[in-house]
Amino acid sequence: MAANEREPLFSPKNLKLITNPINVDNPITKQVLGICSALAVTVKLEPAIVMSISVLAVMAFGNLIISLMRNGIPSRIRIIVQLVVIAALVILVDQVLKAYAYDVSKQLSVFVGLIITNCIIMGRFEAFAMANKPWPSFLDGLGNAFGYAWILIAVAFFRELFGSGALMGYQIIPDSFYDMGYVNNGLVILPPMALFAVAAIIWVQRSRNKELIED
Amino acid sequence: MNKNSNSYIFIYASLMVVLVAVILTSANLALKPLQEKNKENEKMINLLSTIGIEANADNAKELYENYLIKEVIINKEGEEIGVYANGQMEIGDKRAFNVKLKSALHDIKKSGTVAMPLFIMENDGERFYIIPVFGKGLWGPIYGNVALKSDKNTIAAVTFGHDSETPGLGAEIVDAPFTSLFVDKQIFKDGEFVSVAVVKGGVANQRKVAADNGVDAISGSTLTCDGVTEMLADCMVNYVNYLKKDN
Repeated sequence: MAANEREPLFSPKNLKLITNPINVDNPITKQVLGICSALAVTVKLEPAIVMSISVLAVMAFGNLIISLMRNGIPSRIRIIVQLVVIAALVILVDQVLKAYAYDVSKQLSVFVGLIITNCIIMGRFEAFAMANKPWPSFLDGLGNAFGYAWILIAVAFFRELFGSGALMGYQIIPDSFYDMGYVNNGLVILPPMALFAVAAIIWVQRSRNKELIED
Repeated sequence: MNKNSNSYIFIYASLMVVLVAVILTSANLALKPLQEKNKENEKMINLLSTIGIEANADNAKELYENYLIKEVIINKEGEEIGVYANGQMEIGDKRAFNVKLKSALHDIKKSGTVAMPLFIMENDGERFYIIPVFGKGLWGPIYGNVALKSDKNTIAAVTFGHDSETPGLGAEIVDAPFTSLFVDKQIFKDGEFVSVAVVKGGVANQRKVAADNGVDAISGSTLTCDGVTEMLADCMVNYVNYLKKDN
């Protein structure tokens, strides 16, 4: 591409940055990053959604900031610089949650801090933002955050529905079911079930897309 | 300029740190009033919940004023050195609501001056004495409220909170399966203060702790539970003189 020929903002190549991580290059099911938080915050739908939004904000803007700084960052301290950027953004998210969504921030408590160690973010900074222009980096951050978010929300949907019989805290399974002997599944609440749920998603995904199957 | 020279790295790192510090400090200052208000509301909601009233951030203040009989600050001898009632200070000049428990406990340890807050509330004609507690968990501070019934001995309800206990383990101290164990336990035994202990291995199997003065610990959270035991004893012991008085 010639230098004076500008690439459109949503060129097919750029769109792929968003769609790939949602499907074939999903950070959780394909890159197997960010599993820890997928286990931790998916007991209920609400924290999962808030966690997704927080990660979305941190990842998209983190990628953007790192990409803007990429030519100035001394390579010997680049990991530290990346960490400082993530940590600063996470603390900002935490402060905003504490001010505007106090209940949620209490529920997330330590998990907000754990965004700092969310491997997806470091992974995308190092693998993408350090080597690409700001706009594609921003899109890459969005794409990966969406990919992370839909898995988180799908797992949380399943776990809250079958573990607590509710969604977003509202009871969904009617009392008549309980009267007939239906019981909430206690195992779904426990962390192992998140792994089973993620595994099921990976299974479906790989059976539909043969490219993802390793030898 | 050589980006890998030591001087470049030093300058880069220092500038970055200063910039980040400025951004975070200003965010903190700007959001502080809202955060403080949330904390105040939470405190009132927790106090109300120990007497069986459910409140939310919108009606907490109003309900709190309705059910509050008085806030008192007590000294070592159990005398009231600060009383706030009916929306005004009656004795002293500091509301118990504004006492920072952490520094109050620190003062006791350091200089022996006792000035501990106590909340007296009434619901359905029954009087409750609510003792706020503060202590150390495994990773950070834990805190809560203990509501005593009008006999000043039997626990009506407790609430606990924490900053950074492990989710699924220590963090369970805030949940009903644990807090409900405290209901109807007693903090005095034969007129002596014994507090309520959180014990490993089931209260039923203990010889040292009577069934009325102990609750079962949570599996996998021994250190947090020990923290709860210590917190309850350390805080409530300061109220013994007050609770033993007839008032």
